[in-house]
Amino acid sequence: MNGTTVRRLAADHYVWMLLALVCVFFALLSPHFLTAFNIGNVLTQSAFIGLLAIGMTLVILNGEIDLSVGATLALSAALAIGLQNSGWPTSAAIAAGLLAGTALGFINGAVVVASGMHSFVVTLGALIGIRGLVFVYTKGNALLVEDFTYADLLEVHVGPVSLTAIIFLGMLAFFQWLLSASRHGREAYAVGDNPEAARDAGVKVGRHKIINFTISGFLAALCGILLSIRLGTAEPQAGRIWELWTIIAVVLGGTRLQGGVGSLWKTLGGVLVLAVLQNGLRLLNTPNHVELIVMGVILMIALGIDRLMTLLRARERTA
Amino acid sequence: MTDLLMIRGVSKRFPGVQALTGVDFDLRPGEVHALMGENGAGKSTLMKILAGLQPADDGEILHRGEAIALRSPLEARERGILLIHQELSLSPELSAAENIYLGAWPTNGIGLLRKSELNRRAGEALKALGCDVGPRTRVGSLSIARKQMVEIARIHAFKANVVILDEPTASLTDAERDQLFATIRDLKARGVGIIYISHKMDEIFTITDRITVLRDGIVQGTLTTSETDADRVTQMMIGRKLDAFFSRAEERFGEEVLRVEGLGRRGDYHDVSFSVRQGEVLGLYGLIGAGRSEVVESLFGIRGPDRGKLWWQGRETAFPSPRQAIDMGLCLTPENRKEQGLVLGLGGRDNIVLPSLKAFSRLGIMRRSREQAVYLTYRDLLQIKTTGPATALRTLSGGNQQKFVLAKWLCRKPKLLILDEPTRGIDVGSKAAIHALIAKLAEEGLAVIVISSEMPEVLGVSHRILTMADGRLTGEFSGAAMTEENLIRAVAHHAA
Repeated sequence: MNGTTVRRLAADHYVWMLLALVCVFFALLSPHFLTAFNIGNVLTQSAFIGLLAIGMTLVILNGEIDLSVGATLALSAALAIGLQNSGWPTSAAIAAGLLAGTALGFINGAVVVASGMHSFVVTLGALIGIRGLVFVYTKGNALLVEDFTYADLLEVHVGPVSLTAIIFLGMLAFFQWLLSASRHGREAYAVGDNPEAARDAGVKVGRHKIINFTISGFLAALCGILLSIRLGTAEPQAGRIWELWTIIAVVLGGTRLQGGVGSLWKTLGGVLVLAVLQNGLRLLNTPNHVELIVMGVILMIALGIDRLMTLLRARERTA
Repeated sequence: MTDLLMIRGVSKRFPGVQALTGVDFDLRPGEVHALMGENGAGKSTLMKILAGLQPADDGEILHRGEAIALRSPLEARERGILLIHQELSLSPELSAAENIYLGAWPTNGIGLLRKSELNRRAGEALKALGCDVGPRTRVGSLSIARKQMVEIARIHAFKANVVILDEPTASLTDAERDQLFATIRDLKARGVGIIYISHKMDEIFTITDRITVLRDGIVQGTLTTSETDADRVTQMMIGRKLDAFFSRAEERFGEEVLRVEGLGRRGDYHDVSFSVRQGEVLGLYGLIGAGRSEVVESLFGIRGPDRGKLWWQGRETAFPSPRQAIDMGLCLTPENRKEQGLVLGLGGRDNIVLPSLKAFSRLGIMRRSREQAVYLTYRDLLQIKTTGPATALRTLSGGNQQKFVLAKWLCRKPKLLILDEPTRGIDVGSKAAIHALIAKLAEEGLAVIVISSEMPEVLGVSHRILTMADGRLTGEFSGAAMTEENLIRAVAHHAA
C-alpha cells in the first residue's frame, strides 16, 4: 500500500474517518458519550435530518436542490396533530400529513421542470410559501396533541435503538438499494452527470426530477410526522433552517452539489457526524449559542479538508 | 433504388445565416461517404438534422426509401441513425455498459435494472469491436481513445445502419486511428453506411468511397474518391474569389516586438518559433484544435509553456503572468469574448476601464470624468453604436461588443495586440470596421497577431501568415505566396 493508495482511500472514506475522529474526541472528553443509551440517542436524533438528507441526496444527484423540506415537515406535523384534534382518526391524520408533503414535493418538481427555473429559486419560494401556510393553519401557535397515546406510537425500542432510528435506517437502505439497483436510481446519476447526454439518449430527464422531488417531499412529511409523535406538539417554527443542516450533511458525505456523484451510505456518514457533534457538545455542556459557533467552524474546516483532498486527487490523476 | 439514406433539397436557416440551401446527399449501404467543407460550410448543421437534434426547415430525408421527420435523437436512434460526437457525450461517473445503453437499459417488470443482462450485452458490443474495456469500468477512468470506443460500441448495441462520425480522429494517436479504421472497414462489411466528417485529406483518401463537398451551405458536388485527388477537393472547398474588401496596412515595419523560439507544451503544441515587428500584422491560420489559441494563451501567461524562450523588444524575458503581460504592453482579446473578454452585465465605460482601474482612480476612488473621457474617445474612434456609457453590453450586437473588447485593451496603449478570432459571429459591417481598425493600428506602429479560421480574413489583413496544424507550425507565407490553396495545403496535407 503506497502513499497514493492511502490518500485515495482517505478521500473516498473521508466522512467515516471524520466520524471516527469526532467519536474518539468526545469519548475521551465525556464518560457519557460511549454508552449504549447515548449512542441510541444519537441515532434517534440523527433520524430527522437523516430522512430529509435521503431525499436531498436524490435531488442533488439530479443537479437540483430542495430548500423547502424544513417548511414541508412543519406543515405535515401541523396537519397530523391539527386534524386528529378536530376529530379525524389518527391514521387518517397521519396519511393526510404524508400526502400533503408528497404533493408539495411533486409540485416543486413539476414547477422546476415546466418553468425551467432553477430549483434554488423555486424551492426558496416554496420554503416561504409553505411556512406561511403553516402559520395560517396553526394561527401561529404550537398545536398540542389531545390524545396523549399519540406520543407513545414510537415508544418501541430494539435494545437501545428506537423505532424512529429503525424507520430512518430502513428508508436509507431501501433508497440506497433503489439508487443502485433500479433504472430510475442509476439514471439519476446520468441526469446529474451529463444532462445533455442523458437527454440525447432518451432519458426522460424531467420525469426523473419530478420523481425525486416527490420522494423528497414524502420524506420531509415523514420526518414531520415522526417529529410530531416524538414531541406531541407541532410548532409553527419546527424544522426552521433544517434544510441547511441537511445540505451540509449531504455535502459532508461527499455528494457533489453539481450532481452525478454521491451515495446514501456516505450521506449517512455526514448525518452522523452532525448528530455526534451536536450530541457531544451538549454532553460537554456547551452553551447553546457557542455550540452553533463551534459547529460552524468545525464544518468549515471539515469541508475545507475535503476540498483539499479532492484537489490533490485530481492532480494525481492528471499527473 | 438501393440507397440507405437520401437527402433531397434540405434547407436550414438561422437568424441572419442561411446555413444550408437545397442540400442533396446520398448514402449507400456499406459506404463511407466523406462530408467536407471549411468551417461554417454547413457540415455540422446537416449532421445535427440527421441526428434529430435540429429540424430541417425544408426538404426531405428518405431512410430506406421511407420519408422520415426526426424530432429527437431518440427517434433517430430507433431508426438506426447514430451520431458519434467529436466532443464525447458520455457520463464519466457511469460504467461503460450503462453509457452504451443509456436511455435503453434492460429492466424487469418493476423497473429494476437487469445488470447482468446489461453487462453481458455491453460486453458483447465491446468485444465485437475488439475492445478490451470491461463493461463495468467507470468511464471517467478511461483514456480518450477508449471513451471513443465506448461511444462506438453503441453502433453495435443499437444495430445502427447509418453512422455519422464527426472528426473521429481528432484526439487519437496513429495506432488508435488504425484501429478505428479497422472498425470502420468491419462496419462497412456489415452493410452499415458511414458519413465521415474530417478535415484531414490523408484520412479521407484512405477510408472513404465518395466525397461530398459543402461550401456556404450548398453542395458543390459529389466525387468518387478513387477518381479524384486532394487538389480537386481543395478547389471545390474554396471555389470563390475574395469577395469582401479588406484593408491591409501599409508595410512600415519597425523593430522586433516579440520573438519566441522552440515554444512547446506537452499535448498542445511543439517547437513553435516566430517573431513579429512593429507595424506588422501577423496572421495565424489553422483549423480549430490546431493549437493556435493555446500558443497565444501561453504568450499571455494564461497557461505557460513547458519549454521555449521569449524575447520582448529585443531582450530575453521570462514568460509573464497575465498581469505582467498587460503591464508589458501585450494584450489578448480571447476567442470567446462573452466568457473571457467582457462583463456583459456592465456598461461599456466600466468594461473599458476594468483592466486599468489603477490608472482611473486616486486612492482607490474612481475618477468618473476620466473614465467618461476615455469612453467617449474610443466610442468615436471605433464608431461603436450604443445608447450610453452605462448600457449593459448584453444588449449590444456582437460587433459592438467586440469593439469594446478592443477599446478596453487599446486604452492601455499596448505594443502587441493579439486578436483571437476577432470577427467570429459578427455582422459584415462590423467586420469591415474591425479590419480597417487593425490596419490603422498597424500603421501607427502597433504589432498585431490575428488568429482566424476564416481564410479570407486572414489573407485580407495579414502581411505574413503562419499556418498551424496538430500543434506545429506547418508553413509561413508572405506576398504572392499567400493564397487559399497554399494555406489549405499547409493545414490539411501535413500528415499525408
